Amino acid sequence: MTDARRTPLHDEHVALGAALVDFAGWQMPLRYTSDVAEHTAVRTTAGLFDLSHMGEIGVTGPGSGAFLDHALVGNLSALRVHGARYTMLCAEDGGVIDDLIVYRLGDETFMVVANAANHDVALAALRDRAGGFEVTVSDDTASTALVAVQGPAALSIVETLAGEPEGLTVLEADATPAALKYYACLPIRCAGVDGLLARTGYTGEDGFELFVPAAAAPGLWGALMRLGAPLGLVPAGLAARDSLRLEAGMPLYGHELDRTTTPYDAGLGRVVRLDKTDATGAPLPFVGREALQARADSPSTRQLVGLQGLGKRAARAGYPVLASTDAGAAPVGTVTSGAPSPTLGYPIAMAYVTPELSAEGTELAVDVRGRAEPVRVVTLPFYKRPR
Amino acid sequence: MSAALPADLKYTAEHEWLREGSPATVGITGNAAEALGDIVYLELPAVGTQVEAGSVIGEIESTKSVSDLFCPVSGTVVEINTAAVDDPSVINTDPYGDGWLFRVDVTGTGELLDAAAYAALG
Repeated sequence: MTDARRTPLHDEHVALGAALVDFAGWQMPLRYTSDVAEHTAVRTTAGLFDLSHMGEIGVTGPGSGAFLDHALVGNLSALRVHGARYTMLCAEDGGVIDDLIVYRLGDETFMVVANAANHDVALAALRDRAGGFEVTVSDDTASTALVAVQGPAALSIVETLAGEPEGLTVLEADATPAALKYYACLPIRCAGVDGLLARTGYTGEDGFELFVPAAAAPGLWGALMRLGAPLGLVPAGLAARDSLRLEAGMPLYGHELDRTTTPYDAGLGRVVRLDKTDATGAPLPFVGREALQARADSPSTRQLVGLQGLGKRAARAGYPVLASTDAGAAPVGTVTSGAPSPTLGYPIAMAYVTPELSAEGTELAVDVRGRAEPVRVVTLPFYKRPR
Repeated sequence: MSAALPADLKYTAEHEWLREGSPATVGITGNAAEALGDIVYLELPAVGTQVEAGSVIGEIESTKSVSDLFCPVSGTVVEINTAAVDDPSVINTDPYGDGWLFRVDVTGTGELLDAAAYAALG
């Protein structure tokens, strides 16, 4: 038995026979049938994910843009309405508190989507930083469900739903799901309630994320399952989500990112907008700016890299990276995530290593439970979808 | 839930099963295979290896995790399931049949459980 919270789709998961697991305080489907089958479906047809554990934080008011520019490392006031941006919430010392996607819903309305595991600290940090801004920060997590349709058939499935009476209507003149750009969103009406359709995801495939009121989630899930099944849609769990994002080289908080890591270490320095300015053109102060500026100006001490396993045994999070397979080889880094890649057929991993060993093609090793396995540094992502 | 435990097998707390005989056959239980998820890599001892009951003699790896393989008996490995090494998914689909792992000429056993006692472990 567990005290973990249930998503609005809990009954659907139980009816589908999902193996449930406690994740960040939520009871979540780990898998429905097979990790690999669900992973492969997303790569070849489509997968349906319940991501209702993610934190939705509303930011509204005339000071919204200025507040987010102060609280986050990105330049969110410059985000266009119906745009989305990947950004980070950093501490004063530049360490990452959470990585986020921010959606601009209107001139004075934003939605910040936080990792479930960081929901409480992200919300507290945002509220703490809101002082002095004309803004309201609201926690909309419990009232919001998030369902993702990911894979090459995702667009056809969403279009099929849009063709159903009461299925899905885009509330924007001349806008369609097909014309929706990657990292953009549209207000929708779905089964009689208002929601948001976003072209975002965490799988390396084309796909959509649908935010709807919690009470509407079972109806939406059922409609997507019914309409999507003929197009190859299968429900997919957190196990597939993790292997998909790893192949796509996407960071996972707690693995590639944490409080001791700056965005630069993770190769994501581009999200830090040291160039953002206030109305007078002066550099805009934001939380973590000084530390991040200093970090940007100094040589890095470690670099996030991709590792292709040359043997069969997979490196896993926490395993030491070694300079070579020789006995007594020096430790040169640490694996942050690793697994046998279902799509590629060989082990893959991400790891922090010393910068001089981060060049593509560098031959290293990983201590896999006492035996050194050969690996090679490769460019991220491991997998890129065909276009 | 997984299929019923075959009553003719012995089990260990580490989730191996043993079919007694000469040689005896060893595999992992359906519960263990289900908990691991899709098994993608299997490492078994070489034929001829002397094994000891309770010792780690291999690895079973899924996309999600990796698990040590314990030997339920002492003796000499006389055969390994090369088909399962080539395609470990058979361990998920038929854990008590085609998904067997290796065979041992047994000289001694560790602590073994019957199906009811294993099931009672939860």
